[in-house]
Amino acid sequence: MRAQKSRFVKVLFSFVLLASALGYTQVTPWNQLKFPPLPAFNPQQPTRIQLSNGMVIFLQPDHELPLVSVTARIRGGSISEPAAKVGLVGLYGEVWRTGGTKSKTGDQMDDFLEGRAAKIETGDGSDSTSIGLNCLKGDFDPVFDMYLDLLRNPEFRADKLELAKEQAYTGIARRNDSVGSIVGRVADDLTYGKDNPYARDDEYATVFAVQREDLVSWHQQYVQPNNIILGVSGDFDPSAMEAKLRKAFDSWRKGTQAKDPDIKFAPPKPGYYFVQKTDVNQSTIAMLDLGILRNNPDYFAVSVMNEIFGGGFSSRLFNNVRAAKGLAYSVGGGVGTSFSHPGMTDVKMQTKSETTVVGIQALYEEIDKMQQKAPDADELKRAKDQILNSFIFRFDTPGKVLGEKMAYEFYHYPLDFLERYRSEIDKVTAEQVTQVARKYIQKDKLAVLVVGNDAEFDKPLSSLGPVTKVDISIPPPPKALMEQMGQQGPGGSN
Amino acid sequence: MNRSFARVTGLSCVILILALALPLAAQDLASFEKRVTVKTLPNGLTVLILRRPEAPVFSFFTIVDAGSAQDPLSETGLAHMMEHMAFKGTHDIGTTNYAEEKVALAKVEQTYAAYDAERIKRVGRDPQKLAQLQKEWQDAIADADKFVIKNQFGEIVESHGGVGMNAFTNYDETGYMYSMPSNMIELWAAIESDRFANPVMREFYKERNVVMEERRMRTDSNPTGRLIEQFLGTAFAANPYHRPTVGYASDLQSFSATDASEFFRQHYVPSNMVIALVGDLDPAQVMPVVERYFGQLATKPKPTELTTVEPPQNSVREVKLNDQAQPIYVEGYHRPSYLDPDDAVYDAIGDVMSNGRTSRMFRSLVRDQKIAADAGGFSGFPGNKYAHLFAFYGVPLPGHTNQEMQKSIQAEIVKLKTQDVTDDELQMFKTRAKADLIRGLASNEGLAQQLAVYQTRYGDWRELFRSLEKVDKVSKADIRRVANKAFQDSNRTIGSIETMMDPAAAGRGAN
Repeated sequence: MRAQKSRFVKVLFSFVLLASALGYTQVTPWNQLKFPPLPAFNPQQPTRIQLSNGMVIFLQPDHELPLVSVTARIRGGSISEPAAKVGLVGLYGEVWRTGGTKSKTGDQMDDFLEGRAAKIETGDGSDSTSIGLNCLKGDFDPVFDMYLDLLRNPEFRADKLELAKEQAYTGIARRNDSVGSIVGRVADDLTYGKDNPYARDDEYATVFAVQREDLVSWHQQYVQPNNIILGVSGDFDPSAMEAKLRKAFDSWRKGTQAKDPDIKFAPPKPGYYFVQKTDVNQSTIAMLDLGILRNNPDYFAVSVMNEIFGGGFSSRLFNNVRAAKGLAYSVGGGVGTSFSHPGMTDVKMQTKSETTVVGIQALYEEIDKMQQKAPDADELKRAKDQILNSFIFRFDTPGKVLGEKMAYEFYHYPLDFLERYRSEIDKVTAEQVTQVARKYIQKDKLAVLVVGNDAEFDKPLSSLGPVTKVDISIPPPPKALMEQMGQQGPGGSN
Repeated sequence: MNRSFARVTGLSCVILILALALPLAAQDLASFEKRVTVKTLPNGLTVLILRRPEAPVFSFFTIVDAGSAQDPLSETGLAHMMEHMAFKGTHDIGTTNYAEEKVALAKVEQTYAAYDAERIKRVGRDPQKLAQLQKEWQDAIADADKFVIKNQFGEIVESHGGVGMNAFTNYDETGYMYSMPSNMIELWAAIESDRFANPVMREFYKERNVVMEERRMRTDSNPTGRLIEQFLGTAFAANPYHRPTVGYASDLQSFSATDASEFFRQHYVPSNMVIALVGDLDPAQVMPVVERYFGQLATKPKPTELTTVEPPQNSVREVKLNDQAQPIYVEGYHRPSYLDPDDAVYDAIGDVMSNGRTSRMFRSLVRDQKIAADAGGFSGFPGNKYAHLFAFYGVPLPGHTNQEMQKSIQAEIVKLKTQDVTDDELQMFKTRAKADLIRGLASNEGLAQQLAVYQTRYGDWRELFRSLEKVDKVSKADIRRVANKAFQDSNRTIGSIETMMDPAAAGRGAN
């Protein structure tokens, strides 16, 4: 874009040299290249089928490799588990698979599947659980039979529940070992509130409280055809697959529709929050607030603002805090967006203990600039180009297309959400970018979390404002669990 | 944002891909033979193009066959630093006026050399003079900064639709990658060739601080990072695998842009680089474009090979960290490089010991004895280009100890040495190796990486498919023989973290 004179001289010079040595022809400077238009690309859309029992199925054939995969997403997740049993859905997502079916133990399933390099796995999330398979196409029939058996007849064997609980206890015991895990947990607590279903943590007591019957009744309640969105992709014949799925699912009777709990969201209490960690020489800073939903009309302007502010190599945070000031390796952030609840807005960096306060001020400075001055035409165009020119990567594989459609179906978003996104991004103005920056990232409303070693800080955090110390000590196990663990217990509590 | 994942995670990912990405049947190789075009340019650069017209996009993967094992003495971290500098632009990218910037950058180097000479004086260092020299150096930096267009390289890539822009440095190699819409292929050729033909060491000393932050994050402030640095420093004596890829703090605060340029001159040589391109690309059209732009890279001699060989260990070594973290246990055994005829046998051992819920270590330590949350064994630690380690690890459950990990791992090793693995176990290894290869062919990014890695490591990408034969030949006797050879007490290094809680937090007063 700038200073091209020297380029020409050099190019000519190298042309002479290379042409004589290698016979190559002239190269064109990058900023004088013309690009042909991208060939029209209309990715194959999955076929949507809705069964009379409410189950939604997407078929996305893809014959490149001899593999088939199935994913079912089932409504109901950890936000719906009782507060006294936080961790229930995590255990369910594990033991569903490891606990086997009525006729086969999880271990027998392992032997059968691993011998075919096939996978059947179950999982859990905040608003859903899942059960998937992946196998070579020649193995599909027996693997799919096993999949159906696990979907309909899981056994949740007690020994595997115990094993899963042990793993959960390990996770709890180790959760303060790494800075990343501390920051993730405390940031959730500060943003959503400690008892909010999107933030609460499993504890020894809540995991200990979960019984096999809880998993069984969870399954009975939620795994109903009308709560399931099922996607199949890979090397199969669509009509044969449809017939197979109809045979498997048509007779399954509709059950109770899952409903997400009604969750209230209140913004975090502004101020500084500090977690002491004496074995680090670097502070992690996270400035937090509630973000927005993706069906918010501001979503598109927010996407552009995020790109300018903290997304990627050419963002302001990367340029100014990392490259120009050398204050951080890891820096970034923006307004968080989610499909079904306010995302987490976070502006984050990691900087040496001695520049903790300097780092916080550098982030504030970027927030101020974002609000005070609209991006110029160049910057706005670059941000939009980043989103629009890379748009193809949202749907460049049949699997990604399927994933998008399943997400829109799950969250009741229009199935053409992605197509609309593109044209809406195009319309965003510089003024809108500034407006959303002012609306959603307000310095005096942020909860600022610092995890670090305050003995090494450049200035006390309290020089910025009142500081709340956050207690991250791990509540000890209940007595009965303590006895079960043996004398040593779970180690230290910090 | 994590553009450099030099440490263990990224590294073991690459290894994992190497380990899993074994064989397929010959007819599949035949189908790839038709779609892969390979050319070595007159300057020595090898280029592979695989046509995969699923969508109008492409991915590339460039390997420079130099990693932190090539860092000079007292300059640990230099290969990784060079990787960071490869994002800083060229004579034409990232500057408002290169002719003037060049002069200003020369001044930065000159003043830094003067400052550093005073700084490292053992005797007679003059603090006043040092402060003055430091100021001159900082002023020179401020001067040079005036010409910088921040991150213009990344901006060009991203604003033209590039995604997944990243790079890594491990002990063995440095890699660069991203994906773009296929109509941007000539832009890609222009900027990627410029990147390696005309790099500029601008903003070097700020980037050094960025890398210091990376070190603090990955190593200093992370218990596992602290353990691994100490563990490798103990396991290796002669091979550079004993040094951290990210570099020692003192080296990071000492080496110069001139040092990085020298590293670049020696190692970023066309004959030491392989580029693989995969996607909606017609080789007949694209290869000439690549030749035209990458032909700019000057022919230079290939760097000399590292010839130091790690001597036999001959004694148990141990490193134990008392740390503010829960216990973790690891033990490593020296094994030969990936070129060893028994390489596939080590893969088989890794598979039998720790691949999935049917693996021996999962079933023994996790499922049956209920002493570990996780346990496994793997090759390629911390690299695999040179003789390296086969490592076992155990993560104890609350209330269980590293000693129990050690005992149970030893029991599994004895079993491996004294009894044959079962038919099922051996068959499972071979079946999974084939299936994993097929799964690895599903993306442009993954294919580009594998083609580049195999071309670099074996001189022929076809080895990706041909190594099937080696996998198929692994026998039960091979596994016993190799286990007996490698897993000897005198060949073992032990590393562990024992919990020592923060005295202040434990209520014993300030420390």
